[in-house]
Amino acid sequence: MSDEIERSVDPPNAGTWNVVGKPRRRVDGRAKVTGQTKFADDLVLPNMLFCRLLRSPFPFARIKSIETTKAEGMPGVKLVLTGKDTPVTYGILPVSQDEHPLAQELVRHVGDPVAAVIATCEEEAQAACEAIEVDYEVLTTISTAEQAITTPEPQLHAYAQEGNVHKRVALQFGDVDEALENSAHVFEDVFFYEGNTHLPIEQHASLAEVDKDGNLTIWSSTQTPHYLHRAIARALEFEPHRIRVIATPNGGGFGGKSDPFNHELVVCKAALVLGRPIKITLNREEVFYCHRGRHPVQMKFRTGVDADGKITAMDLETLLDGGAYGSYGVASTFYTGALQTVTYKIPRYRFRGCRAFTNKPACGPKRGHGTVQPRFGQEIQLDKIAVALNKSPVDLRLNMLVEPDSLTANFLTVGTIALKECIEKVVTGSGFRERWGNLPEGRGLGLACSSYICGAGLPIYWNKLPHSGVQLRLDRMGSVTAFCGATEIGQGSDDVLALLVAEVLGLDPQDIHLRTGATDITPVDLGSYSSRVTLMMGHAAIEAAQRARALIAEAVALKLEVPKGRLVFAGRRVFDSQDPEVGMTFREAVVEGETLHGTLGTTGSYRPPRSPARFRGGGVGPSPAYSYSATVVEVEVDPDTGWIAVDKIWIAHDIGRSLNPTLVRGQVEGSVYMGLGEALMEESIFRRLPGKLSPALVHKFPSMLEYKSPTSLDMPEIVTYLIEEPDPKGPFGAKEVGQGPLLPIMPGVANAVYDAVGVRVDENPITPEKILKALEAKRKGKEPRYGPKSFPEIPWEDPFCVSPPWEGGDGTADNAPQRKRAATKEVYR
Amino acid sequence: MKIELQVNGETRVVEASPIARLLDVLREEIHLTGTKEGCGEGECGACTILIDGEPVNSCLVPVAQVQGCELTTIEGLAASCGYAEAGATPLQTAIVEWGGTQCGICTPGIAVCAQALLRDEPAPSRARIREALAGNLCRCTGYQLIVDAVAAAAEGGQS
Repeated sequence: MSDEIERSVDPPNAGTWNVVGKPRRRVDGRAKVTGQTKFADDLVLPNMLFCRLLRSPFPFARIKSIETTKAEGMPGVKLVLTGKDTPVTYGILPVSQDEHPLAQELVRHVGDPVAAVIATCEEEAQAACEAIEVDYEVLTTISTAEQAITTPEPQLHAYAQEGNVHKRVALQFGDVDEALENSAHVFEDVFFYEGNTHLPIEQHASLAEVDKDGNLTIWSSTQTPHYLHRAIARALEFEPHRIRVIATPNGGGFGGKSDPFNHELVVCKAALVLGRPIKITLNREEVFYCHRGRHPVQMKFRTGVDADGKITAMDLETLLDGGAYGSYGVASTFYTGALQTVTYKIPRYRFRGCRAFTNKPACGPKRGHGTVQPRFGQEIQLDKIAVALNKSPVDLRLNMLVEPDSLTANFLTVGTIALKECIEKVVTGSGFRERWGNLPEGRGLGLACSSYICGAGLPIYWNKLPHSGVQLRLDRMGSVTAFCGATEIGQGSDDVLALLVAEVLGLDPQDIHLRTGATDITPVDLGSYSSRVTLMMGHAAIEAAQRARALIAEAVALKLEVPKGRLVFAGRRVFDSQDPEVGMTFREAVVEGETLHGTLGTTGSYRPPRSPARFRGGGVGPSPAYSYSATVVEVEVDPDTGWIAVDKIWIAHDIGRSLNPTLVRGQVEGSVYMGLGEALMEESIFRRLPGKLSPALVHKFPSMLEYKSPTSLDMPEIVTYLIEEPDPKGPFGAKEVGQGPLLPIMPGVANAVYDAVGVRVDENPITPEKILKALEAKRKGKEPRYGPKSFPEIPWEDPFCVSPPWEGGDGTADNAPQRKRAATKEVYR
Repeated sequence: MKIELQVNGETRVVEASPIARLLDVLREEIHLTGTKEGCGEGECGACTILIDGEPVNSCLVPVAQVQGCELTTIEGLAASCGYAEAGATPLQTAIVEWGGTQCGICTPGIAVCAQALLRDEPAPSRARIREALAGNLCRCTGYQLIVDAVAAAAEGGQS
């Protein structure tokens, strides 16, 4: 296993890199820019049929009857499916298997699928959907998390912890109350972060086919083919070894294609029934109903500091509006409390989180999963603390950064941390020390920092298997093919795979054939989520390539009579480092290898290190490494209208090592962009239609025309700094970049608004209306702030108490009953 | 009805309703799947093609309206600019080199739109490039690397 392989951040070849660190065009770039990349909706199979779904017009209703006879007789219709055809549940987390491919007794949000029609074209399928008669008994709607926790009936899910409370969790690391009591100052702040959505430009699409032997294949725009594979086997009660899932290149994911989806299961079911290929492509409105976007979260931070402004303790409460299904929600809930401790030293910490069910499309993981909302609160509160204590927001932070190679209060293992360098870069670049607090009225700077995981330490379901595997196949033609279950969602997964194999074997990344995300031929990789691919697939790729290199080197050493330790793989050659003339082409070297060893193939795999966190709930947060980011945002705010313009953003990211700087920069800027969209305009909001029209709680914006996202004209100049301090836990030292740089942007904007016009907006997005209301409050002599006034009363359980490492803790809960041990295995994994 | 279209320099006759969306006819009848659908309501620009040289959202165009027009999709873009052999225009190459494509779903629309800009304005300012691309949403890049790529491919740009 990979644990035995020595990991190094150094080049495998005579002290120099072949491709690592060099800005390069991505291996899949040309196909994308010429329109040749085949996305799921581009696929066509002979004899293919089309599927449309009938969706609920009500946010919460009981299905009394469904009449499909008329639809079944309509032109072109081949099959109508309803809930009775799909009785088995599924869901991404083992603890919340609460979805059905088609609704059973209840529909829980507008857009919940009720029936499916398969026909010879989409129009016929749609027409037949409209001919299905469904008799609904409309139920009282739960519209907000606050309403959910006080309204147990009607209940969305019988398995909920209590009423419409999906899950409450409570963890405490040291005596927080005592620490707060003894703190020089205690700051109490409440925040609200509105939900928003991924908005990938590609609308979800799937194509299912059953072959001559009755085996099932689905091509789908999914970030997690392995988890989809498991869900199909479960929900359709079909043998898993007869299923293959092929993840097509995702036209954007951002977390929105990480769940198994009802439409994917429906086309599989229909293909099994009809024996013909079935395709579905969602329209944009339906993509909004799939959702799994950012949870709306209410937060309350009580933070104690000493006279210097150093944190003594933090007490955090969060309330998440989960929407209608579990999705990743239990993990999301823990994530709202997991990563506060990895940025600044927090000696004592308490976190209590609650997720509620509401009659809206399910929330789930969006870029920064669950950590974005509390980061917004934490970084704004630090800015308030700095101002209150008359300290620089820069020094306040620099004074309490987490030490490298340390354990946090909640037993997360921090390795490298280059946050100091990140802060210094953006502060110097923006002139923050000179300009902050000194700019003319209406102009301001805001500083914020963040950190993120490089892959979840535990898989979604409990197992001790590798998280990622890579197989290499080499043959006498000199060709190398890399197989891996990892999924290209635009982040550059394919490029990382090719470049790492190429690095070790001395090839060009374009030389490597790639077969990825196909569960029949590729070793399992858990998927493109939690910023895990570069690190986990990377290690597996390096291991497989090192093994291939060793086989080839052995044969070449014999042939050339050169010690194998002196062989260099570079420039498509294998040669003696002491006499580069003595060598052969890579193809010749593979021939030697195949001659000596027989057919050449190697594998590599990766499993993250075991976390010292042994308490229930400690499964969320551990990661092999943490990335860090810092930003300074410059804004201009019109004090008369509240209009806000972001003029420039400086962002520094602790990348460990930048494998392909072109792609790394793209991920940083893309994160900044998505963060800025969230900060300024993006929100998933719902409204009740007037009772006389309908009691429906409907999406206000199920359309791209209305859901605003930034255009090229809205984006300011971004200055990107990549800080490279290779992390021994990363492949050649690399850490994540796909999510971390999003996190500091929203609080950076909020802090800049304060510097510009002296008002706090403690609610995201930070819109002109909110700024204006805060300015009006300021003019009237009221608190110059817009945001929630209070945090709801929640009947928290007593927390699991874990002593921090510096108080003698060993990572187990002091008050955890023994019986909980068995349960631990099922939860959050 | 039978409709005759001029697509990428070829004459194509399709059987389609006159009000069928041009996007669907291109993708499903002529199998030119490089043109993408992102919203179906003219907002995202992923379905941008050139109609008589002008960038248009093909999801908003009834097919009957473009009979007799010269249509250029991403598949024909390089040839229409004299780069048939290379298979990609210098602009397309620049988009790849600069990292202006990530997931790639918006990229064909952006390449088509930016190519039209460079034809009409060989040396546009960065502000002008941003303006020209304002109708093409990209959720991955933050636009800056796309703007860099177009600027690099423009006359006098660094390549």
